[in-house]
Amino acid sequence: MTDIETTAPQPSETLLGVEEMELNFGPQHPATHGVLRLKVKLDGERIVDCYPIIGYLHRGTEKLFELHPFFQNVPHTDRMDYVAAATNNLAYVGAVEKLIGIIVPPRARYIRTILAELQRISSHLLWLATHAIDIGAMTPFFYTFREREHVLDLFEDYCGARLTLNCMRPGGQPFDLPVGWTEKCAEFIESFPENIAEYEGLLTNNRIWKKRTVGVGVLDPDVALDYGVTGPMLRGSGIDWDLRKARPYEAYSEVEFDVPVFFNCDTYDRYLVRMEEMRQSVRILRQCLDQLPDGPIMAKKPRVLKAPKEGEVYYGVEGPKGEIGFYIIGDGSPNPYRCRVRPPSFLNLQVLPEMIRGDLLADLIAVIGTTDIVLGEVDR
Amino acid sequence: MTDSDNGKPLDETPPTDSAEAEAKAKEEAAAKAKAAKAKALAEAEAAKEPWERDPSTPSWEEVEDSLLVDSLRAAHADAVLSARSFAGDLVLEIDSQSIREVCRSLKEEHGYKLFVDSCGAHFDNREEKELEVVYILHNLETNDQVRLKVRVDVGVEVPSVAKVYAGANWAERETYDMYGIRFTDHPDMTRILLWEGFNGHPLLKDFPVEGIDTGAAIYPETYTDNAGPVAGTGTGWRPPAPPEEKTSQSAPESSGEES
Repeated sequence: MTDIETTAPQPSETLLGVEEMELNFGPQHPATHGVLRLKVKLDGERIVDCYPIIGYLHRGTEKLFELHPFFQNVPHTDRMDYVAAATNNLAYVGAVEKLIGIIVPPRARYIRTILAELQRISSHLLWLATHAIDIGAMTPFFYTFREREHVLDLFEDYCGARLTLNCMRPGGQPFDLPVGWTEKCAEFIESFPENIAEYEGLLTNNRIWKKRTVGVGVLDPDVALDYGVTGPMLRGSGIDWDLRKARPYEAYSEVEFDVPVFFNCDTYDRYLVRMEEMRQSVRILRQCLDQLPDGPIMAKKPRVLKAPKEGEVYYGVEGPKGEIGFYIIGDGSPNPYRCRVRPPSFLNLQVLPEMIRGDLLADLIAVIGTTDIVLGEVDR
Repeated sequence: MTDSDNGKPLDETPPTDSAEAEAKAKEEAAAKAKAAKAKALAEAEAAKEPWERDPSTPSWEEVEDSLLVDSLRAAHADAVLSARSFAGDLVLEIDSQSIREVCRSLKEEHGYKLFVDSCGAHFDNREEKELEVVYILHNLETNDQVRLKVRVDVGVEVPSVAKVYAGANWAERETYDMYGIRFTDHPDMTRILLWEGFNGHPLLKDFPVEGIDTGAAIYPETYTDNAGPVAGTGTGWRPPAPPEEKTSQSAPESSGEES
């Protein structure tokens, strides 16, 4: 398929007497994006098998959820996927609202959609920066962090925090948009498509970039579904599945956008999916700002939220990395009896050995980058 | 003081006939006003936007006319113990030993191809079958989601679904890690988030939040055996107990001085 593939020695051609080697990769390696450890079995430079070991960042978040009332659990969700706190908040408050039966006012729904899409852009920018650095392209890092800074400034203006946002509450939004915020946001989305073109100019037709990504880490669509892979990973494998379209929540049913799907199942196509998703996010943001309704931002709800005596819900939203969902069991008390997180990174990471088997060791870095994991979410 | 001052003049006025009639008329008027007010409130409530009303908490509903449930019941006798829905989520309780077969037919015949999630739950107030394993599956074509529940006693093994849905591999390992539920025929039944020598299963309700004595195994010279809190002694933070050895040593000394 590629030059790398044809020039590299095939496993059958290896010399007699060469033994397989086991290599420990991580947990402190910068290319593992956190504390991921991989036991890699090598035949020369070719990966025979790979066994991920996780849990270095386990903080017992699911146990902590059981100890706090519904309101106080929102900050815990920030700290799971710490580069996409807004979508984590969105999934959690959505699950609580579904459990208790709260309907959110339209203005709050629009503000949530805006925050979630800005978060998607910032998460994808971080992914692009680190993925490009891993592969050896240093420049996109400086470009993407320039724009990510704008997004984080917007978050800071809205809720005071830049990463751990804690920007949603069960029932609505804690604050209205500050004066001048929509203009600032409009300014950003006006200039952002040009910036995407800049990144694409650096990478999309770049010969080295293509050699490192085309045909690398192929993920078969059936395998992806079997492993519960969601998000850009699934759409890069040719399956048109996006919860924003399939089960519209918040304001997504009222805006127009396309779901990018690419069919080559490799690292390059997953890159294309994410680049196109950023453009679509800009589209959604523009429509949301235009249609932003007036009105209340918080629904009527009791001061202390109590779950029904018996009841359980699962609610998932489309996060930047895939489906982030919460499964909450209530027992009539103000605390969740059980709160399970469906972490997209956890299920996406599980498929890594399938993607990397038979590839070269150097491709492992590219494939870890393309799965876009955050270990805070994998280990919780 | 002020309360009794306010009450005094009311108590002192002697009840007369006219006053009684007046009170009666007042009461009637009040009742009428109340009814009118309630009606107006109900009307106003109906006219309100949905987010201005009180939350309408969903409840469990029995599912009767579901093609999926009927065909599952026909294919697997006695496997589906109950079919209910809550807030629009279809929840099927499945017999623990037939979960794998039910999952297989859901995947192969009914198109539930996307494995969403699997987790455990512990209900310590139940007398039997305290533990639950939950599987969430999604059908991409019809956009339906189904949640399968298996209830088991402590120590009972559940057939692993990892051979049907590869994604269940890690999810079941996590369930084992957190609840101690073992899965038969699982390709790799080891702990996943906690370390291999960890003592206990932390998401069980009787596991203390402050943790247990895991230090003893790592640093035997620092922590003696049973130095930390022990699993099964309750949840929540407890103030540290006064060191027992000291008090037992000092108690006889002080009592000796006093006598």
